[in-house]
Amino acid sequence: MPTVIDRSRVREMLEGGAQLVEVLSRAEYDEEHLPGAISIPLRELDRTTTSQLDKTRPVISYCYDSQ
Amino acid sequence: MGPRAAWRLESLGFTSVFIYKPGKLDWVSAGLPVEGTAARIPNLGTVARRDVVTCRLSDQISAVKARIAFDPTGPCPVVNDQRIVLGLVRSDVIKETGTNTAEEVMIAGPVTFRPNVALEEIDRYLTDHKTRHAVVTTPEGQLIGLASAEDVHRRHADLAVS
Repeated sequence: MPTVIDRSRVREMLEGGAQLVEVLSRAEYDEEHLPGAISIPLRELDRTTTSQLDKTRPVISYCYDSQ
Repeated sequence: MGPRAAWRLESLGFTSVFIYKPGKLDWVSAGLPVEGTAARIPNLGTVARRDVVTCRLSDQISAVKARIAFDPTGPCPVVNDQRIVLGLVRSDVIKETGTNTAEEVMIAGPVTFRPNVALEEIDRYLTDHKTRHAVVTTPEGQLIGLASAEDVHRRHADLAVS
């Protein structure tokens, strides 16, 4: 089950090598995204697009807000 | 959307999946760095001075006056141990008050702004409300800094020209 984390935990995990995935549209990603995040819009999440991720490292997904 | 994406990642074989539920809005509201085209546009966080003098509820204003001497035009945020903004002591009050504590003379619960507010928006607010400083905090209320109306207006004007 995915674990909900807050900002401070995100920062800790990034220092430890976690991967960040923004699932908003490409345009929103291009405008502004968290440092080091990669863009995989929700509708494009599949085996091909996620092949760039390392399955042995934690993955953190985020969108715009909690809605 | 974030939770659905996390569940989808699990379905694709990822075993260590986390959701940063408050998301990008929370991150930029805390004044943390971002990448992308918007990262180059100055906002309130860019203008805010971070080296502001602060005081505690029990501090005597005479002591605050001595600390703030290098910047006599600025107000003094009243913070707790976590730098949460509890109040604001106006600069004219600091000049006039001696033996009172900050708690006795502060404006409780001052209006605060997040660092990702656009300069145009904050410039208009400060002008409309005849306010000389904006208190900038994280979403949790932790002090980031102070932005003077002059600095905001100047940077906004520069931005408009460029």
